[in-house]
Amino acid sequence: MPPHPETWLIVTEAGLFCEPGGFFIDPIRAVDRAVITHAHSDHARPGHRCVLATAETLALMTRRLGEGRAGESQQALAYGETITVNGVAVTLRPAGHVLGSAQVVLEWRGARVVVSGDYKTGPDPTCCAFEPIPCDVFVTEATFGLPVFRHPPAELEIARLIASLRLFPDRTHVVGAYALGKTQRLISLLRASGYQAPIYLHGALAPINEVYERFGIALGELRPATVADRASLRGAIVLAPPGAIQDRWARRLADPVVCLASGWMRVRQRAKSRGVELPLVISDHADWDELNATLDAVGAPEVWVTHGAEEALIHAAGLRGIRGRALLLVGRGDEDEAGAGELAGSGPEGAGETGERDPP
Amino acid sequence: MKAFADLLERLVFAPARSTKLALLKDWIATEPDPDRGIGLAALTGELSFAAAKAGLIRALAAERTDPVLFALSYDFVGDLAETVSLMWPGREGAHGEPPSLAEVAATLASARQDALPGIVAGWLDSLDASSRFALLKLITGGMRVGVSARLVKVALAERYGRDVAEIEEAWPAVEPPYLALFRWLEGEGPQPRAADAPLFRPPMLANPLDEAELAALDPASFRAEWKWDGIRVQLVAARGGVKLFSRGGEDIGAAFPEIIAAAEGLDAVLDGELLVLREGRIAPFSTLQQRLNRKAPGAKLLREAPAQIRLYDILFEGAEDLRPLGFEARRARLEAWFARTRPKRMDLSPLVPFSSWEELAAIRAGAREAGVEGLMLKQAASPYLAGRPKGPWFKWKRDPLTIDAVLMYAQRGHGKRSSYYSDYTFGVWRGEELVPVGKAYSGFTDQELVWLDRWIRNNTIGRFGPVREVAKALVLEVAFDAAQASSRHRSGVALRFPRISRIRTDKPAAEADRIETVLALIGRG
Repeated sequence: MPPHPETWLIVTEAGLFCEPGGFFIDPIRAVDRAVITHAHSDHARPGHRCVLATAETLALMTRRLGEGRAGESQQALAYGETITVNGVAVTLRPAGHVLGSAQVVLEWRGARVVVSGDYKTGPDPTCCAFEPIPCDVFVTEATFGLPVFRHPPAELEIARLIASLRLFPDRTHVVGAYALGKTQRLISLLRASGYQAPIYLHGALAPINEVYERFGIALGELRPATVADRASLRGAIVLAPPGAIQDRWARRLADPVVCLASGWMRVRQRAKSRGVELPLVISDHADWDELNATLDAVGAPEVWVTHGAEEALIHAAGLRGIRGRALLLVGRGDEDEAGAGELAGSGPEGAGETGERDPP
Repeated sequence: MKAFADLLERLVFAPARSTKLALLKDWIATEPDPDRGIGLAALTGELSFAAAKAGLIRALAAERTDPVLFALSYDFVGDLAETVSLMWPGREGAHGEPPSLAEVAATLASARQDALPGIVAGWLDSLDASSRFALLKLITGGMRVGVSARLVKVALAERYGRDVAEIEEAWPAVEPPYLALFRWLEGEGPQPRAADAPLFRPPMLANPLDEAELAALDPASFRAEWKWDGIRVQLVAARGGVKLFSRGGEDIGAAFPEIIAAAEGLDAVLDGELLVLREGRIAPFSTLQQRLNRKAPGAKLLREAPAQIRLYDILFEGAEDLRPLGFEARRARLEAWFARTRPKRMDLSPLVPFSSWEELAAIRAGAREAGVEGLMLKQAASPYLAGRPKGPWFKWKRDPLTIDAVLMYAQRGHGKRSSYYSDYTFGVWRGEELVPVGKAYSGFTDQELVWLDRWIRNNTIGRFGPVREVAKALVLEVAFDAAQASSRHRSGVALRFPRISRIRTDKPAAEADRIETVLALIGRG
């Protein structure tokens, strides 16, 4: 009988720790050895000594945190490759969340644990699709772990944005989008829908786009919104960090239609309280149906929930005979809700103008 | 159904009237009949279905969802219809053709009560989330998207390049889905006409008086009336019925059944001020507001807050249109009509005689009784013109009351102001603490707004959602029309129409006014 994963994968103050392997997964403070699922700042913190991640994640982390701050020593691991760390086999598999995002598959003495990181199972032209991996324990997120969260097909939401441009051709459509992942996905979806006009960007969004393009994700013609004049932004789409769409930065725009692309926009009061005029329900996190389908697909008898609305998901898992456990990891959030405070790391333009963090 | 759901979704989040108009015009231009008219009627509350109610939705939710998951979801979302629309579970193989808006409206109006749960569940199965929300809102009523009947008429007028008065004329003759109306607007039929129907006529409005202009005006050519602190209404009594309209054309008759009853049998269109009178004294505006908010007032409220109309103009007497007559001629007709018919729950707003502007200014300065906001000046020869023509009518409000208050909290505005902190909560001293006495979001210039916005960002000491708490260091001179005792406010007082009149950077916060000063102003308005 293999040792129960509870005995070797433990929750510490720094985060999830694989004891026999001697490494953390997405630790919230600087540690000796870290495996990083993806480059969002609540998962990829600065100052670790050794970092293991996909090449894409390492490039994004370095771009966001700065040369030398994303691990003194970086080791890239491709999807599907396995390395053994002190007897623990570590494999990365696509998580479908953002470019480079990975699930961490841990195998030790006959037991397999999959740590999902953040994930979604719906299609995304900017990253590899999620693969369900059968396992004994599945460690999942539950950002949208309530049955009210069901993301419609992203193409339909993009069609609503395009319809609004037709209806209000003189107004700038400013879309709040997180710098890493959401921005590139929106641009790709717009291009796929046939929108070929230049897309204007807030300065904080540019550096990440360069990394995406380096990895072969074509984004079409992008222009800086910051230097554009009001007239040329009339009827244009402008992408900006969520914290900037209604702040001083947005005053340069022509009678803007404030849009926000986030899974939270599914709930009207959320959209209203943020003063959003066109909510777009587009998320890089699994919705309720995806979370539950994934639990069934991996077939794990036991599910650990890292963060989010764990109560409902654990209840729903229990109804199907799956044992659930809330890890209550601290320091995790949802990038859309975080506002732009944490964008300071993604470029000097991001600081100051948008240094505002909405409460959760 | 999907198109209507999309419209509803956009209207929910559209703060600006111009945006709402654009959305309505697009709907009118693109939606086929009969859904086009049914959708408009649903938005303005003209459709309502007695058989289907919120209880039905609760029961369906209990039947189709897990109680724990429902409770957690409802707790998060906070609205029953929205929760159910979002979490409604699809059923394998139960994806019928989604119903059209017309089909939903016809079925809800005719289906038997016991058949409804099955029908509604079948619809929910076939619709997407935003259409489910639209369906549930149709069932429970109350769209709450800020679309009035008047706004729909303005959208129709703009879409078809007509005068909105023509639409108003045709309106009583048509019913949802308004097919005859659209035939006329699209040039394929005559204007629908309802003989003797009570119609709303856009009222004549006054401009604020710039006192510097007075010298150029001849006092002999003007008449003066008191400006009452009530609600401007138009009472339309016709052979086809009685209606009471607000200034914007909303039918508010249901809230004032005593007025409707009093006007039965009359045949005139009257302009006046709706007031609540107790023993001859005008009650505070908040009492009138209570009446306005109660769609079906109970006997107690009717007894304790009786409404009446103080008349100041007559637009029609019988079929005779008096609007082309001058004010003085209309006034004579009004007085004669009043003397002859002696209507209940109405009186005449008296003229205020004067011979010079100085005399009138003195009268205005001396008037401090309840319910008077100031004076109205009306040119004796001016006909009754719809809208706000410049010149014939002026409102000369009493000088406002002012206090020096301390800025406590600020919130961002809406629409064009959404990036500015433009809503201000201010307070005065009670002992050692500041107690909020009101909110203001007007009165400042654009430059002052920019200054205030910057000051707030630099002096924020706390954040609560969209609200910033600021250092208690900035004194604002706040002007307001009246102070009223209020049990709903912690300070015990509510200010009427407060606005920022000056930013007092010269004054230390400690020297702002005290609550005793504000309480002493109650009733002075």
